[in-house]
Amino acid sequence: MCLAIPARVIEVNGDLAKADFGGVVREVNISLVDAKVGDYILVHAGYAIQVLDEKEANETLELWREILALEEEQSER
Amino acid sequence: MRWEKGFRDPKLAKRIVEKIHEVAPKKDVVKICHVCGTHEWVISHYGIRSMLPETVDVIAGPGCPVCIVPAAEVDEAIQVALKGAVLTCFGDVVRVPGSSMSPLEAKVKGADVRVVYSVIDAVRMAEREPNREFVFFAIGFETTAPSTAAEIVKGSPRNLSFLVSHRLIPPAMELMLGIGDLQIDAFIAPGHVSTIIGLEPYEIFPKAYRMPTIVAGFEPVDVLLAIYMALKQIKNRTAALENEYKRAVRWEGNIKAKELMGRVFKVVGGNWRGIGRIPDSTLALKEEYLKYDAHERHSVKISGGRDIRPGCQCHLVIVGKIKPTECPLFMKACTPQRPVGPCMVGVEGTCKIWAVTSQHSV
Ligand code: SF4
Repeated sequence: MCLAIPARVIEVNGDLAKADFGGVVREVNISLVDAKVGDYILVHAGYAIQVLDEKEANETLELWREILALEEEQSER
Repeated sequence: MRWEKGFRDPKLAKRIVEKIHEVAPKKDVVKICHVCGTHEWVISHYGIRSMLPETVDVIAGPGCPVCIVPAAEVDEAIQVALKGAVLTCFGDVVRVPGSSMSPLEAKVKGADVRVVYSVIDAVRMAEREPNREFVFFAIGFETTAPSTAAEIVKGSPRNLSFLVSHRLIPPAMELMLGIGDLQIDAFIAPGHVSTIIGLEPYEIFPKAYRMPTIVAGFEPVDVLLAIYMALKQIKNRTAALENEYKRAVRWEGNIKAKELMGRVFKVVGGNWRGIGRIPDSTLALKEEYLKYDAHERHSVKISGGRDIRPGCQCHLVIVGKIKPTECPLFMKACTPQRPVGPCMVGVEGTCKIWAVTSQHSV
């Protein structure tokens, strides 16, 4: 019930947007967020509750890969 | 979505599991508590518990919004429906037991109970049938409350009222810390709730309780990272608030959503099924929105109610004191097809999750 699913905004009409959930397009209310076309949003029960930060996501993953690789390198020495 | 795939990368997950084994305590068992049904689903579905060292116990706290709605509030919803209004509720809610029946059983008795995906569906149904009274059973945590508030502020149709049953997560986490024999060592805080409330409400846990607290997302790598971050803090004897879910959770949360909730609701004490009364943990409509209150409009107010049926251990499962497999009814008298307690009903109920994943055979 508290599940929120990421989707991509493909069209904005006022408070409503069309969002792509990996192939399935649904109408979503975006009045709680500032979302524009191309943004990734988290959708819960018909409402977008947050705009996802793609840069932040990629950075987190990169950082972890780096930390793990670095530690591996050190342990090989 | 490219980055979401990264958070499911088996190689990265394997490396984090190795790191977890490195930092985990060798002798003493540590208990990490999460408070979100979706976290329990990820942990069970991906078999995360079986990857962890024996000294790391991950327990599920009161994170299932359907499980913790008191029977009295389900009874109220059923009563408005039996009186002739159309009861609209989320899919998980229709089978949740009240004191003597579930909304679905009320439907069999002739009540008009309809499943909706969103409060928006309830609004549309009410608009389509202006001659009938509709009631939306508004349950859920901070993730769901803003959408209820948004529809009320917009001015919902005259023939739609609300049974507000929203509850707040941080007070329940605080209560968990007061349960003497539980002794939690770290919290994993619910990512989706945190997208709304932000990080600030969790500050109390490291500051006042010296409890490591990690806000985490919902991919397997997110959960593993959160466990690793918690274990590292436990090892270093630090207590800090960390945000693993930076791609969705900002310090201030969702300001618009918080403002809407503040406009429509006031925070009051309330009952949680299986737990009892928690101060400042429930939302109620403010004076100026009482015209939308289904209690007033349909004159229902039920106190009491039978929360736990004989033999059901949900009150212990909900606070993570026992695992579902320790309930004598689990997968015997109580199954997803014939649930006895609320934990076997919703997709986020711990017993239901354990029943449909391999956890019960571990
Ligand atoms: S198995 Fe059924 S009866 Fe036992 S605690 Fe879970 S929901 Fe309650």
